[in-house]
Order: sequence, then C-alpha cells, then structure tokens
Amino acid sequence: MALAPVSDRLAADATSRRRPVRPQGRAPGRVPIGYLFVSLYTLLALAFGILPAVYAVFLAFTKVDGGFAGFDNFVKVVTDFRFVPAVLHVTFYLVIWLIMLVVFVVVLALIVHAVKVRWAGTALRFVYYLPGALAGASSVLLWLFVLDPTASPVSGLLRLMGMNSFVQVIQPGNLPAIFAIIAFWTGAGGWIVIMYGALNNVSSDVIEAARIDGANAVQIALRIQLPMLRKWIAYMGVMSLAAGTQLFVEPQLLSQASNAVVPNDYSVNQLAYQYAFQQNDFNGAAAISLILLLVALLLSWVFVTRGGLFEKE
Amino acid sequence: MVGIHNVVRSRRRAALTAAALGVASVLLALTGCSSGGSTGSSNGSYGFPEAKQDTSSRITVWVDADRQAAVKAFEKDNPETKIKVVTYDGSANGSNSFKTKMQLFDRAGSGWPDVVFSSQNTDAAWASQKTAGKQAFAAVLDKGLVPKTILDGFAEGALNPCTVEGQVYCLRNDLAQAVLWYNKSLMDKFGYTLPTTWEDYQALGEKVAKEHPGYIVGTAGDAWTPEVFMWGSKCQANDITGPRTVTVNTDTTECKRAATLLDTLRENGTVPVVSVFTPEFVKKYTGKVLMMPGPAWYAGAIFNNPQSLNVPAGQLGVAAPLPWNGEDKAVTGNVGGGTWFISSHSKNLKAAEKFVQYVTTADAYQVELAPGYPAYAEAAQKWVAKQDASKYYATPLQPIVTAASQIWDGWGYGIFSQEAIWAKTITPGVTAGKTIVDMLPAWQQAIENQAKVDGYTVK
Repeated sequence: MALAPVSDRLAADATSRRRPVRPQGRAPGRVPIGYLFVSLYTLLALAFGILPAVYAVFLAFTKVDGGFAGFDNFVKVVTDFRFVPAVLHVTFYLVIWLIMLVVFVVVLALIVHAVKVRWAGTALRFVYYLPGALAGASSVLLWLFVLDPTASPVSGLLRLMGMNSFVQVIQPGNLPAIFAIIAFWTGAGGWIVIMYGALNNVSSDVIEAARIDGANAVQIALRIQLPMLRKWIAYMGVMSLAAGTQLFVEPQLLSQASNAVVPNDYSVNQLAYQYAFQQNDFNGAAAISLILLLVALLLSWVFVTRGGLFEKE
Repeated sequence: MVGIHNVVRSRRRAALTAAALGVASVLLALTGCSSGGSTGSSNGSYGFPEAKQDTSSRITVWVDADRQAAVKAFEKDNPETKIKVVTYDGSANGSNSFKTKMQLFDRAGSGWPDVVFSSQNTDAAWASQKTAGKQAFAAVLDKGLVPKTILDGFAEGALNPCTVEGQVYCLRNDLAQAVLWYNKSLMDKFGYTLPTTWEDYQALGEKVAKEHPGYIVGTAGDAWTPEVFMWGSKCQANDITGPRTVTVNTDTTECKRAATLLDTLRENGTVPVVSVFTPEFVKKYTGKVLMMPGPAWYAGAIFNNPQSLNVPAGQLGVAAPLPWNGEDKAVTGNVGGGTWFISSHSKNLKAAEKFVQYVTTADAYQVELAPGYPAYAEAAQKWVAKQDASKYYATPLQPIVTAASQIWDGWGYGIFSQEAIWAKTITPGVTAGKTIVDMLPAWQQAIENQAKVDGYTVK
C-alpha cells in the first residue's frame, strides 16, 4: 500500500483535529443512542402533529363527498358571519395578553433578580410560580368563582367597578381582558422563572463594569439586562402567540358556565369546533384550522426574525 | 424549562380541532372503514337499514346523572337484559356531547351506543337526518319498532319534538310545559287575586313594585326566557316549517307585547335578569317569589328543593297558562323535557326498544321515581295523583295537565338552539341597559344568521 504524500497526511490530520466528532469518527459498535431518544418524540409528532395537519390540508381542499373543492371551503368560512368577530376577539385578547405578559414578566423577573436577600428571592419565585401549577380547565373553574360577585373573594372590588352580577362581569367588552388576566395568571409564573434563569446568565463582569461606570439599577436593567434578554422575550412571544391564537378552553368553559351568554363561537378555534361538531362540516373546520396555522406561522416568523432567536452569539 | 413548555402547550393542545381531526383519522385508519357507516346494513323491516341482530348481546345506554334511577329500575325489573351504562353530561347547556360523539362514531364506522337520553329538544332535528352520506343515528320508531299502542299513549303533542317529516325518532321522557307557579300564602297575605290574562299579570307586577318592592313575579335571566314568554305569546321567532326551512318574524304584535311586558317588569325589578340556578337568585329571592311563569319541572328543581328556594309545603300553587286580552284560548311554551333515542346501528334493537319503552312508560320509574311530569299520559295521571296526595301543593295540579296540550305548535324544534341565540344576543344587551323591544331586530338577525349557517332556508 503506497503512502499518501506528507502534505496530504498533514492536511488530513488538521481536518480531523478541527472536527473531532463527525459521525464517521464514532467508535465501532457504539449505539446511536440519540436516534433512540428522538424516536418516540418523532413518532408522536408524526401521529398527532404532522399527520393530522396533512389530513387537515386534504380536508380543507376537498368537498364532503371527496371531490376537489379548490378554495371553496376557505371562502365559506371567511364569509361566515361569525368569522370576523371571532378573529377580532382573539386579536384583542392577544394584544392585551402579550403586552401584559412581556411587560409584567420582564419587570417582575428583574425585581426578583434584584432582590439580594436569598430567602425573599426564593419565596417570591415560589409565589409567582404557584398560580401556574393550577393549569388548564381547573384554573378556569377557579376563575368562575372569582368572577362571580356573589361568590368571589374579591366581590368588593368587582362591585366597586360597578359589577354586581356574573352577567355584568362577562359583558362582551370585558371578555378579552378577562381571558388575558386568566392566561397571564396561569402562565406568567413559569416565564418569570425562565427570565430569572436567563438573567443569571448575564455575566456578572458586565454588570460590575456598568456599575463601576456609574450606572444605577434602572440603567443596568434598560441598557444591559433587557437587550441581553431579547432572545428570551422573543421565545416567550413565539410560544405564547402559538398558545394564544388557539384560545379555546377559557371561552368554552365560560360559555357553559354562563348558559351561553358567552357565545360558544367566541374564538376562532371554537368556530372550527362548531363547524366540525355542530354543523358536521369537517372540511370547513379544517379550512379554519389551516388559516389559524398560517397566521400563527407568519406571526412567529416575525418574532423569530425580529427577536434574533436563531442568531448565534 | 420543560415544565413551562408543558404548561403552555398542554393548556390548549387538548382543545385543538386538528387533534380531534387527527383522532378521527387514526380511528378511520384503525377501523379500515371509510365509507358507509352502517354495520353490515341491509334494509330492515322497521324502515331503516339494520345491523345484523343478536338478541342476546348487551346494550349500551347513555344517560345523564338524573336518569341513573331509570336504569336501576329497569335492571331490577329486567335482570335478564344485559346493560352497560355510560353516564355523560346529557347535552346540558348546549355542550353538544351527544352530537359530537355520534359524528366521531360515524366517521370511525363503529362505537355508537344503543340507547341515548338527551335533554335537548333540538336533537331529533339532526339525529333523524343523513349527514355527509352517513346513516341517520336515530332509528325510526313508528314503523313497527315501537308498538302503535305505546306511541298513542303519549300525551297529545308530546312527541312533536321527536317528529320530523311525519316520522317519530325518539320517545319523550317528560314534558316541560310552562305554567304559572305562584305562592298562594303570599298572594293571600298581600290580598292579590290571580291574574287571568298576561295584561293582568303585568299590571299586578307594576303594583307589586310599588307596594311590595323586593318581591318578584318571574325571572328573565335564563336562556329559556324566550320559551316561556315569547313562545307563550305566539311570537313567530322559530317556526320550523320543514326539515331545513324556518320562518322568523319578530316584527309582530305578538313578539312586541311579550317584549314590552318583559321590559316593563324588568325595569321595575319584579322580573329580574337573574338565572334561577345562581347563588344570587337563591340568596336574594328565597321567600320573595310571588309568581313565576315557568316549566313544570320548576316544582322539583326550584320550589321544592332544599338547595334552591325551598318553599314549605302548603304554599305553592299552580295556575294554567295565561291568555292575552281578546284571545279566547291560552297557549304556552315548552322548556326542554328529555327524550330517548334508539340507535339505528344497534345490534339488539329488541332489547333497546324494551328498555326505552320501560323507562318512558313503566310506573316503577315514571310514577315512583321521576322528578318531572311524565310524557306518557297514563303515567302522568298517576304521577299527578301521587303529587296531589303528597299535600305539598296548595292547589290541585290539574292546570299542569291542561297545559300539556296547550303548547303552541308555531314554535318548532330545529337543529339550532334558540336558547343559545337569546343568551348571547339579548342577555348581554339587557345587562348593558338596552330594551328587548329595541333588540327585536337584532334577535331576528341573529336567528336568521344561525339558521343559515346550519343550512336552513329562512323565510
């Protein structure tokens, strides 16, 4: 076997030094355990994420009897008298909730981070996280009591705002704010803990340097901590947006609890549900689901690009 | 961090329609059945395609919590018939579980229960119809499956909510005709005489507001308010003229007079916009209900119920529905009343029929245990006699019997819920200070819109 020229061997050495963990470099007989780890997730994602989405695409472009429908289903749902109100409801809710979430989560995380007394900081984080432990439908059930002036522990506050009955509380104009408050209460705690972790990652040298340069706590927060949190805020935005556009549980339960005073077609997702199960029109429901998916993807793209989520340090 | 992902995602994932569609697709794949929906169907002798029958097979029965007593009574008297009981929410408050589940079973091609109890009168409208090429869920009952003698034994008009295009698709459990409930002791104490027309009723309400503020003569806070007041006034808001046609006309004297009555009494506080099932109602109005037009089931659910108004024995009276001035005959509305369906997919129609016939007609349940007024005439007579004998009521219950045949037939049973439309259109408006009279056009528009998306032609 002829030896390769020295220059080639040197080049090969250099390459292997620079990239030491290529798959080919794996020791013989070692199990690709990574594939095993992701396999279950991939299977579940395929079964309950990708396949239903593909099926929804198929349904959205077909008629009840299976023929190609073109954009008919989309036209039908968009011109439905309930569609525009549902979109507006979800939009108002999202605007209120996302602003509330970003502002309060960041401010509260900064405050917790600034607390130097160890037990006080831990206690605060625990208190913030606590409401999040009560998630989903159970939290809405709890809120049904809070929102009813005859049973609420804060009935005095509700009456001060001129609300003496449950129906007065759940007036259409109040609903976006109510849903935003419920969602904030149950979701914000977890995000505060995440932001707190992210703040811990900000190098103490940088903070120290700023302090020596004469920056006070507010200036440090605004000029150093906030810009460094940008990615995490964008991440929170994307995740919350995806969850928020799917508003369903809160209005659905409130609708049942209020004997339909809160309509059962309040949100876009509820409208899709009405199409599927009230009108037995799975094609229309699929069309709404796809519209929702497209909008969520588009808005997420804005957050990802503007927030620099995938930029490397 | 894993935690927050789960929290944020799981909150709504369960609700995703895409997931529901996914489940449907998985079910489709598993059953390998994408067409038809009937199991081994052949045209049966009862007027619908039947599944292959097995008279020894167990039947599955879906009931709400209240109807478990009916199942127990049946099991006691018929130990040889095997039953599997599934308790569900009985479609309460328009949750549509019944319809939703049946549509998923339709898509999967299997899984239907044999018998279903429903508390919504809108169910026959969809259960009797083929949808998306799938066999209608409800079995036709009057083509031999249920004996004619049994069908004829139901009170006049009792099977109207079950009848679509002249065929009967369900049996009625109980009737929910509206009558005028009143507190005889209070009326005597205040020196008032019972009103004999709606105009009298309104005048008395205005008098009560002045002379005895705090006392009420009715409520308008529930979703069935239109079924008590508008239906009882012959307001043509829900005239179902065919399986997919409806006439809506709220711009009539009949609608306006009922709306005006409600507005007047609402404003003076004698007909508050408070649901009878709220803690607020019990807290504010226990001992303060002078009169209350409402369905027959108010007796057990509200008046003679320790959790609600808890009116002591010997005080509660009942009067027949009121006519309007110049009309010789009173009509009344209907607020619910349960129905029993037999599945057209059942593999044991004989047992299913036996069960449904028992729970609607047998004294052991309808007379002894049932809380509501039985739809089966013979049972109803015995039930009334039993109630009269209980000495709870201050007056005879005959007006309820009379009212059973006075339900106005100009208000039909379509696929969409009039209660839900009223609740979302009128209730928030009233709470915000508008009058019902002013909102009649909005109500009309809301009904038309809903009817159209459900495939109705509106006239």
